Amino acid sequence: MAKNDLQGALDLLILKTLSQLGAMHGYGIAVHIEEVSDALLTVEEGSLYPALHRMEQSGWLRAEWAVTESSRKAKFYSLTAAGKKQLAAREKNWEQVVKGVQAILRFA
Amino acid sequence: MGIFRRMWALGRRSKLDREIDEELREHMRLRVDADVAKGMTPDEAIRRARLRFGNPTVVKERVDAEDAALGFESFFRDARYAVRGFVKSPGFTIVAVLTLALGIGANTAVFQILDAVRLRSLPIQNPQDLAELRIVGGNKGFGVNDSPFANFTIPMWQEVRRHHDPFSDVMAWRSNGVLVGKLTDAKHVNGLEVSGNFFNVLGVAPWRGRLIEPQDEGSCEMSKVVASYSFWKSQMGGATITPNTTIILEGRTVQVLGVTPPGFFGMVVGDRFDLAFPTCTPPNVRREMFLFTVMGRLKPGWTMERASAYFGSLSPGLFENAMPTGYSADAVKIFKAYRLAAYPAGGGVSYLRDAYDSSLQLLLAITGLVLLIACANLANLMLARASARKREMAIRMALGASRRQLLRQLLIGSSLLALSGAMLGVLLAQPLSRLLVASLSTSQGSIQLSIVTDWRVLLFAAGVAVLTCIVFGTIPAMRGTSVDPISSLKSGERGVAGSRERFSVQRLLVVTQIAVSMVLLVGALLFVHSYRNLITASPGMREAGISGFYAGFSTMHIKQENEAAFKRQLVELVQSVHGVQNAAATTHVPMGGSSWGHGVHVGTQDGGSHFTYAGPGYFATMGIPLVRGRSFTAMDTTNAPHVLIVNQAFVRKYFGATDPIGQLVQVLPEPQYPARTYQIVGTVADTKYNGVREATTDPEAFVPIDQVPETAQGPFAAIMFASENGPATVAAVRSTIAARYPEMILQFFDFRQGIRDNLVGDRMMAMLSGFFGVLAALLVVVGLYGVLSYFIAQRRNEIGIRVALGANRGRVIGLVLRDTVWMLAIGVVVGTVLALVAGRAATTMLFGLKPYDAATLVFSILLLAVIAVLASLLPAFKASRLNPVDALRCE
Repeated sequence: MAKNDLQGALDLLILKTLSQLGAMHGYGIAVHIEEVSDALLTVEEGSLYPALHRMEQSGWLRAEWAVTESSRKAKFYSLTAAGKKQLAAREKNWEQVVKGVQAILRFA
Repeated sequence: MGIFRRMWALGRRSKLDREIDEELREHMRLRVDADVAKGMTPDEAIRRARLRFGNPTVVKERVDAEDAALGFESFFRDARYAVRGFVKSPGFTIVAVLTLALGIGANTAVFQILDAVRLRSLPIQNPQDLAELRIVGGNKGFGVNDSPFANFTIPMWQEVRRHHDPFSDVMAWRSNGVLVGKLTDAKHVNGLEVSGNFFNVLGVAPWRGRLIEPQDEGSCEMSKVVASYSFWKSQMGGATITPNTTIILEGRTVQVLGVTPPGFFGMVVGDRFDLAFPTCTPPNVRREMFLFTVMGRLKPGWTMERASAYFGSLSPGLFENAMPTGYSADAVKIFKAYRLAAYPAGGGVSYLRDAYDSSLQLLLAITGLVLLIACANLANLMLARASARKREMAIRMALGASRRQLLRQLLIGSSLLALSGAMLGVLLAQPLSRLLVASLSTSQGSIQLSIVTDWRVLLFAAGVAVLTCIVFGTIPAMRGTSVDPISSLKSGERGVAGSRERFSVQRLLVVTQIAVSMVLLVGALLFVHSYRNLITASPGMREAGISGFYAGFSTMHIKQENEAAFKRQLVELVQSVHGVQNAAATTHVPMGGSSWGHGVHVGTQDGGSHFTYAGPGYFATMGIPLVRGRSFTAMDTTNAPHVLIVNQAFVRKYFGATDPIGQLVQVLPEPQYPARTYQIVGTVADTKYNGVREATTDPEAFVPIDQVPETAQGPFAAIMFASENGPATVAAVRSTIAARYPEMILQFFDFRQGIRDNLVGDRMMAMLSGFFGVLAALLVVVGLYGVLSYFIAQRRNEIGIRVALGANRGRVIGLVLRDTVWMLAIGVVVGTVLALVAGRAATTMLFGLKPYDAATLVFSILLLAVIAVLASLLPAFKASRLNPVDALRCE
């Protein structure tokens, strides 16, 4: 369960980032998460890329090779309709988890 | 979806690989770019990025692992790897594949026959809608039955033809042999007499010309026939069918209307019809003759149950109208109480189904057990291979391969073996099942079974392959991958003594083999013994040198009142042939399958008895001892007093201790057989009536053949004769009759051969169970030899040390044999229990012995013990000759 939740959290972060940025490459996603969270969260490459590939195969993401602003070639990921649905569900689920964890923490 | 896109890329692994590499490399570059932009030196930025990224190979493998298409790809990589491994050890591979092919082939062969006999539907339209009408519980021997499938008399069929609401249409058919060609050179072929709508109801379309149609029914003069594909090909050369195509049938020229499709063999599974011809209603219908099988096609919305209910309520009126005349009141009551019901008939009818069903199922179990033993051998081989590859596995695990990956690789290897074995096995199954069917053929006819590898057979073979794969592949794979890399690498090829656990799996496999082969050996001995009992069992009469023939002389147009005299002449002619000791006519050939009986009234008792009409020399010819009174003589003619000779069972049933000689027996009336009173003049010993297996003897009464009621005479006769020098005399009899009466139709048979023909099923069981028993024993020898050799190889050091410390050869041999004795003891105990349980399934198939036959059990145990000791002696001697210096230096 714990493992699933952690993995679920990474999926949620990636999905949310992509919904905010539109199409983005892996590096951009990692940087975005780090910046927005004030470096509280860092995403390791060893987890990021497997997650991206897994979600691409599940049909939540679509991937395309394109050129970055710094004119480097990179694989850009964006949300599909299924991905958007998945994001909504994950967000709702996450709120439940947070509420639950907070309830446990506040219990004195 | 992504996955399909990736599937497309299958086989282009390098492209996918490159793509992932590139993505990760770009990631690094983007980071380096960003850091350089922040003012870092490029070298520093690259160092930092590398540090952060970690081992690129690991990251890439983790991405790979997510990729389903790549997972699929690595399946092929594993398969290729396994094939390379098999190619490197061709000996092992050939043995493994051949063992599996034989095992799966034998199983599939037996299943194929079961499928053909039992499971497969007739090649007709919507076979599931075809229903057969039968009297519930059968007609209990009423009237005259043409065949086991003849459930309808002509009046019954006419009634059903008028009223059949549940059926869109009904048809009737019967098997009826016909003669093809000029009478002097006629050939008996399988005829199929059918109602006009037979082919329409079945939905069989013509292959050539047209088939029989309703308007063809009518005249009883044979004029039109339809040929089966095989008859058309073999007897008519596949000639074009024109309105002028004719053949000679029963001495008449008839038109061939068309040909049925190649797949259609008729309605009897195990027989093939040659010619189909329309039925007719003869002017004087014999209302008590059960001739036809009646089948209909269910209308949409009707089920078998509803149809049965309909015909059940129709039955009282139907049987009232169809009642034959000339029967006693009791018999009439039985007839009127019959109820018709509908049964599924999409599989046709079959003698084989009843005769060989349990044999085939038992055979399937036997072949399954043989396969199990073979699998155990393979598992042992694989185990030995796995431990030889222990180091390889340990190194791969140390390099980071997961256990799952290794397991998958090993299992893919064994599935490949199973798959190749199954494919070869399916190919082997065809000739094997043909051989099996051929072994059931008799001197009088062969079984015509179309054996096809259909989806059921393929599914079965696939299922067996999967099972074998699980049995022989899983344990070795689990064992092979549960290695601890460190200790494995440290200890080298072999330790001082192998790990205890690993050995015990192999021991377990050998014990299983011994137990299972014990079951098979016991089975083999039981069936062989039973068959021996059957062929040596005495039918209570002479068997050797007895021959007989059926004679048909309808073509000679002899008046009915002269038929009795003509038959007497025929017997005299046979008697006159040199070498014939004795000859007599009879209406019943013992052990021939037919049966004739009458209801009798004796004193105050009512009952029944077999009735045989036999000529004067009958008892002398057949060697049946006369117990009391006199035998028949030439004086017992139609006009003489009606006399009877009865067997001992008859005496026991109707007279008990009273002297039967001189007593009166009344025969109840039947069509063509008026009521009569006979006086008993003699008694004979009991004999078997129809089969060697008969446990009890039914009452049987003999009437002089000249006293057959004239109304029951017919242009046919069966004549038995005894001779000293069999074949030559038979040939002489045949040529003498053929010379005198060229138009007579003759069918000769050998009495003993006829009895043996009824035992082909038992012969098959004896032969096959014997064969498989020997095979099982051989497999045990191979298995035991292999395992012991392997143990000794593993324990080389230990044995070397023992020898160095002074153990003599006897002790070393004892060490090995002790192993064998233990495995043997446990295997035999388990096997005995299993054999006793399994024996109960075979009880009804055994003759003259019990399944828990102590002698058989003891003999099997001794046999296994001898086999096991012989199999272990060679490795034991090898071990005892071990040079301790060599053994110890090896390390």
